[in-house]
Amino acid sequence: MILAAAEVTPAWYLVLGSLIFTIGAVGLLIRRNPLVMFMCVELMLNAVTLSFVTFSRMLDDVHGQTVVVFVLVVAAAEVVIGLGIIVALLRRNPTATADDLTVLKG
Amino acid sequence: MLDLVWLIPALPLAGFVFLLVAGRRLGEPLAGWVATLACGGAFVASCIVFAGLVAEDHQHREHVVTLFEWLPAGGFSVDIGLLADPLSITMALFVTGIGTLIHLYSIGYMHGDPGFSRFFTYLNLFVFSMLMLVLGDNLLVTFLGWEGVGACSYFLVSFWFSKDANASAGKKAFITNRIGDWGFMVAMFLTFAAMGTLTYAGDDGILARAGELAPATATGIALLLFVGACGKSAQLPLFVWLPDAMAGPTPVSALIHAATMVTSGVYVMTRVNPIVAEAFTWAPDVIAWVGVATALFAATIALAQNDIKKVLAYSTVSQLGYMFLAVGTGAYVAAIFHMVTHAFFKALLFLGSGSVIHGMHDEQDMRRMGALRKAMPITAATFIVGWLAIAGVPPFAGFWSKDEILLYAYDASPALWALGLLTALLTAFYMARQVFLVFFGEPRWNQPITDLESASPDDAADAHSHIEPHESPWQMTVPLVVLAGLAIVGGGLNLPFTGDLHFLGRWLEPVLMGNEAHIDVATGTKVALAVIAIVAAVGGIVLAAAVYLKHRIKPIEPDVMAKGWYYDSSIAAFMDGPGRAGFQATADFDRTVVDGAVNGVAGLVRGGGRGMRVLQSGYVRSYALGIGIGVVALLAYFLTRVTL
Repeated sequence: MILAAAEVTPAWYLVLGSLIFTIGAVGLLIRRNPLVMFMCVELMLNAVTLSFVTFSRMLDDVHGQTVVVFVLVVAAAEVVIGLGIIVALLRRNPTATADDLTVLKG
Repeated sequence: MLDLVWLIPALPLAGFVFLLVAGRRLGEPLAGWVATLACGGAFVASCIVFAGLVAEDHQHREHVVTLFEWLPAGGFSVDIGLLADPLSITMALFVTGIGTLIHLYSIGYMHGDPGFSRFFTYLNLFVFSMLMLVLGDNLLVTFLGWEGVGACSYFLVSFWFSKDANASAGKKAFITNRIGDWGFMVAMFLTFAAMGTLTYAGDDGILARAGELAPATATGIALLLFVGACGKSAQLPLFVWLPDAMAGPTPVSALIHAATMVTSGVYVMTRVNPIVAEAFTWAPDVIAWVGVATALFAATIALAQNDIKKVLAYSTVSQLGYMFLAVGTGAYVAAIFHMVTHAFFKALLFLGSGSVIHGMHDEQDMRRMGALRKAMPITAATFIVGWLAIAGVPPFAGFWSKDEILLYAYDASPALWALGLLTALLTAFYMARQVFLVFFGEPRWNQPITDLESASPDDAADAHSHIEPHESPWQMTVPLVVLAGLAIVGGGLNLPFTGDLHFLGRWLEPVLMGNEAHIDVATGTKVALAVIAIVAAVGGIVLAAAVYLKHRIKPIEPDVMAKGWYYDSSIAAFMDGPGRAGFQATADFDRTVVDGAVNGVAGLVRGGGRGMRVLQSGYVRSYALGIGIGVVALLAYFLTRVTL
């Protein structure tokens, strides 16, 4: 079987991680909807997390997974703030894009 | 009793603060009496401390009272401390004693002046500063007093500041003194760098440890302090401010610019005598030669002055030169002796001249005086005592102190002695000229000065107003009489006949730590020197009598002397010409280069910021792109490095 022949190796996870990261990075660059951009950032973050877990297993080192726990906590906190800003922005102007935030520059 | 030393400066300080707050309300004459009382109290306190010192054992007459720690800075610490020893108490006694007399005199002299209470406020502040100067137990407290008296001198010289000349005389005094203060400060830095302390007394003090100094360092400290002394004590080349300082009220000239403040340079040099002793041998010679040069130079100028106070001012410069001659030849006792006797007779002369000016309704030109002894008998009698004392006629005070200085000068170098003797002759001559012009001869009170080229229309108008000289009130004559008494008997402090009579010498011995010069002159020579000095003094007087009393000889008063050898005007011309150009260049340099550098840096930062601001567009996407490009660039860099 093809599936049997294709044994899942750590490289798959790394490839998947880099794919997700690329999708996130490109999305961040080309999309204007702040919510979508935010989700793209989350994608990139999780792609990196995935790589951490993979390397942790490859190198048989628990530190990689420890970092993941930290990243999750930080990401949760970041989501709270980020979503707060985005909700505040969209409440003022439901059709706002991230570019409208340029009014904040000094 | 010695612990009471803090009272000496505290009383004038209290007087100053009280007058500052309530002086205007007290008004005349109460403010003056308060100030006099404060100064008199300080004199009583000095007497008590003096008695306490006398009661101590001869070699242990040194008492430090530390009031509080002033500047604690790591290993460096300066206390506000007072040092009571024979030298400082001698100074304190005559500063407060003469100060009290001059305060009393000022009550009469300043009568009716709108700034009456302000005058006494400054006067008390001055006495306080002067006492801090002499009683301070380290160089920094001395410097505090040094600057304090400088500031008071400035306030009082320009006391009648509404007149432009007075205000600029004050500025001149202040600025000239800054040059001296620079020397004093650098000397302090050097002392601290070399010894780590500024305290005088004790085993850790700079005086006891002066022997540790390298000769070069000691020379530097001694000469830099001498620069300071030159400024404060009006020696060449910094004497120019003192004659101008006569713009102040006459009691100020007597107290600050004759008796006390200007002698503080001599005091400091005497205080640091162990450091001077460690210096190269040529360093004291410099001091002696500057002193004698100043003495002679100022005496020649005094010959041709017509302002009654200007004569005394140049005479003060000249007598201060004598004191430095004494310091330079190691005759510290003689220097202090002359300082004290000079304080007596010069304060007397200044106060006498003030009395004359007062009686003549603010006329200061001697050519318009004459025959005043009939109108002002007390002033005339006391002034004549002062004249005989400064001229060096025995047995008046000035003779003994001047003779001692000349004796030490003779031992050091006959050239110094000869110049000193010549100065003594000139002193007798110009002082006799002054006395004859003011108190003898024909009354010229109401004569216009026709041959006076500087006579302005104002003077001519003045001349027609009728002047009737009168004797001064008792507040002014009592100090004159007391000072005249002191000028007669002051020599008794240190009579040369036997060792027993060397009161001042034995009293100051512990302070001088064996650095007093030991002269080896036979008694016959001493007598001969004294006789020569007397002959010079009497000769000067006789000569002056022939010129100004009998009119046998035409007076020689060359313009060059009246103008002070053009010294002052040359400085003024230089400062106005090349000096001003130099200052302008400095100012331009400051504005273009120094300011330019500072402003340039600021401009660069601002311009850079303006340029960089373009990058902060506010578009999140462009930031993200920047980060992305950065990551790619970094990756590329590291990856290529790995493969290479």
